[in-house]
Amino acid sequence: MRSSNSQFDVIVVGGGPAGIASAVSAAQSGKRVAIADDNPALGGQIWRGETVHSDPAARAWISKLRESAVLLFPGTRVFDQPVPGTLNAETLDGRVAFDYGKLILATGARERFLPFPGWTLQNVMGAGALQALVKAGLPIQGKRVVVAGTGPLLLAVASYLKKHGAIVVAVCEQASRASLAAFALGLFAHPGKIAQAWELRGELAGVDLLTSAWPLTAAGNQILESVVISSKRTPKRIACDYLACGFHLVPNTELASLVGCRLEGGFVQVDDLQNTSVPNVFCAGEPTGIGGVDLALLEGQIAGLAAGGHRAAAENLRKQRAKLRSFARSLEKTFQLRPELKRLTTPETIVCRCEDVTLSKLRPHGSWRAAKLQSRCGMGPCQGRICGPATQFLLGWAAESVRPPVLPVKLRNLTYESDQPKGELASVM
Amino acid sequence: MPEQIAVTVNGATVAVAPGTSVAAAMMIAGASCRSSVSGELRGPLCGMGVCFECRAEIDGVAHSRSCQIVCVSGMNIKTDA
Amino acid sequence: MNAATYDVVVVGAGIVGAACAMECARHNLRVAVADVSTIGGGATAAGMGHIVVMDDSDSQFALTRYSQQLWRELQSELPDDVEYVECGTIWVAADDEEFEAVHRKQAWYTERGVPAQVLSSGDLEKVEPNLRKGLSGGLLVPQDGVLYPPCAARFLLEKAQERGATVQLGPPVVEIGNGRIRRADGSEVCGGVIVNAAGAWSGELTPGIKVKKRKGHLVITDRYPGFVHHQLVELGYLKSAHSVTADSVAFNVQPRRTGQLLIGSSRQYGAEHTEVDHGILARMLERAQLYMPALAETSAIRVWTGFRAATPDKLPFIGPWTEDSTIFLATGHEGLGITTSLATARLLTEQLLGTTSAIAREPYLPSRAGSMEHAHA
Repeated sequence: MRSSNSQFDVIVVGGGPAGIASAVSAAQSGKRVAIADDNPALGGQIWRGETVHSDPAARAWISKLRESAVLLFPGTRVFDQPVPGTLNAETLDGRVAFDYGKLILATGARERFLPFPGWTLQNVMGAGALQALVKAGLPIQGKRVVVAGTGPLLLAVASYLKKHGAIVVAVCEQASRASLAAFALGLFAHPGKIAQAWELRGELAGVDLLTSAWPLTAAGNQILESVVISSKRTPKRIACDYLACGFHLVPNTELASLVGCRLEGGFVQVDDLQNTSVPNVFCAGEPTGIGGVDLALLEGQIAGLAAGGHRAAAENLRKQRAKLRSFARSLEKTFQLRPELKRLTTPETIVCRCEDVTLSKLRPHGSWRAAKLQSRCGMGPCQGRICGPATQFLLGWAAESVRPPVLPVKLRNLTYESDQPKGELASVM
Repeated sequence: MPEQIAVTVNGATVAVAPGTSVAAAMMIAGASCRSSVSGELRGPLCGMGVCFECRAEIDGVAHSRSCQIVCVSGMNIKTDA
Repeated sequence: MNAATYDVVVVGAGIVGAACAMECARHNLRVAVADVSTIGGGATAAGMGHIVVMDDSDSQFALTRYSQQLWRELQSELPDDVEYVECGTIWVAADDEEFEAVHRKQAWYTERGVPAQVLSSGDLEKVEPNLRKGLSGGLLVPQDGVLYPPCAARFLLEKAQERGATVQLGPPVVEIGNGRIRRADGSEVCGGVIVNAAGAWSGELTPGIKVKKRKGHLVITDRYPGFVHHQLVELGYLKSAHSVTADSVAFNVQPRRTGQLLIGSSRQYGAEHTEVDHGILARMLERAQLYMPALAETSAIRVWTGFRAATPDKLPFIGPWTEDSTIFLATGHEGLGITTSLATARLLTEQLLGTTSAIAREPYLPSRAGSMEHAHA
């Protein structure tokens, strides 16, 4: 530990629902707690912008956070753990190092992108992405939007955009009507969710809700003009200004991997008190399994209570957790990607957007590493976060192990941990 | 109506609401964020700071993730597109 | 014994093995190349891809110069993704003492027909404005170049395959000798000669070779076109490469064709794990920022490590192994594997065929190991 580091009993990385719930719960026992989040404002992806004020759960938790003694570090990107117990993070104007007793990883998830012809056109983006941009000031009033891909996010995004004046022409869900019906039946185990679903249905009256449907091509002269959707009937072309297309979520497990946490099926392995395989490291929310806000809040509470030393209180929440985790499992099953989607990507489609590598350049290789070395796919600044899940689905490739920095940082911030004097020129050793 | 703030995108002034991200401001200004390796014009993809398609030069700092940066009055935004 | 027997089985599909395979196949030898799942996956993937003439010793000069010329001859055939650029090297002098060394170096190269031009402090500022002000000057060696090694290795293997060589990727090779190689799954391939081109792992396959792993770190940044134009190396690099015991860093920056900056270099002995060593990374980057302050604000997108194959006298082993007449070595190239791969292949093949070589072979023979001398500067 270095004396210049900021020291906390509990550090929470990620300021979304899981992170906020963790921090508030950990702070209950008087522990010194901090949240580090890479966005300018807390809330993660789902509690962005005005949602923080309009959503009752968000309002309640944010107000608990404000009343607590948790220290907030927004605009802070954790990129490395140089020694166990210390995290390096980059801020807008510098670097900060945190020493922790316990670490709670609440790093959330990102959208999964599947490449298809035209997906690199401007105004083609993720579903959550378009919502995030609108919350950040992008005007959407009167704009024609097609929402596509898979997952509960699609309906939530469609509803939000419609509320803000967009013309949501269609929502294209790749899952079949039968899968969705089974999912809806399953919701009876989770009554709260039925109410949510019913509300959404009402908000989306007049919007074409297509199942077994997905985008085939996006077209336009350097910017999106239309999208062709395949559905059970013949493919149809829809003129639109935005295509909000995301294929469910993949967990952000990079930091967890870096600190040594074991993954299982791509998710961070945790016990029912959110302990990972690394002592003193907990994980809560989407990185342990995509399960939505309610599960994230619950896991956050469990992790925070456990990290704060309230084991009994944490254990009391286990039953609720089990229930919500079964919801998460049914989510995964319902929205799994159908094999036809593998044909979305043509040989000339760009798969790696950082380096413009097409599928034809990737296919000849037997592994992610070989493809990376020969084509430079995955060597760009996204570090494989966008192309990795796509190649995993299309080609079955597993990702490589993670190295620091887990995201690009200013070069000067990599010079932590030097005990050597800066030295002078012309004296190498 | 809250006071709008002015930023420049590739030399042109754009007025945006407070709290607007630089990425949104670029889209409002009709500017692409960057030019890809093979010359395609790109805009934001993920909206959350992981895809790096929204990189632009902000107040002289190249490769800034514009979707995670809030506009400040007088900001000078330049793209290579 | 495997029914399909080869004249030559090359163990290692890195740049050196690939070059040897190409050269042997070019002479109509039946060649098989054996490696694990990725060609060029060792130092070839990790290194900078610098093609550089070195004046460390007469023998090192002879090999690097000969090989550099071979790369220049091959230039027109190299596909685009090999990214060969003859950007030249500038050896940077930080002070008057180093600037004197620049003059000596220039004279030495000129005597031997290598174009080299002294740059004054002012010249240096003009050609590389991002270097720190106040450096004494440098030496420009314009015929040096850079390329992207994994694609270069692939290209050389393709040339070998065009002449009938086979590339066999599979379980790791665990044993070689007596005219055969054996993989971890028990499968064997026989060859008249086995070439150990396994780089940092060659000592595991052929116990007794004096090859040690020498770990290095590299950092690559996002694109900054025009930030640097030449491969920049501090003169102190030679002191760093020289040391046989200490951990050391030296300033070394390379422009990639994409505009990304590749930053090195570091050397460590005895570090066997591939993890990033924060201490030495920090030292390496602090040194880089000393020479190029503007690097501080660049976006560093990846850091990685690799293992060079180092020998006690800093020269590679090219030739027959003393303990087993079926084994030939092509290994121990330390930081000069890319540069000297083509010449290594020539010397090796000529020894196999009993023909003459363009340069003397003695300094690189494995049999010298019994009486290793330190190279003079």
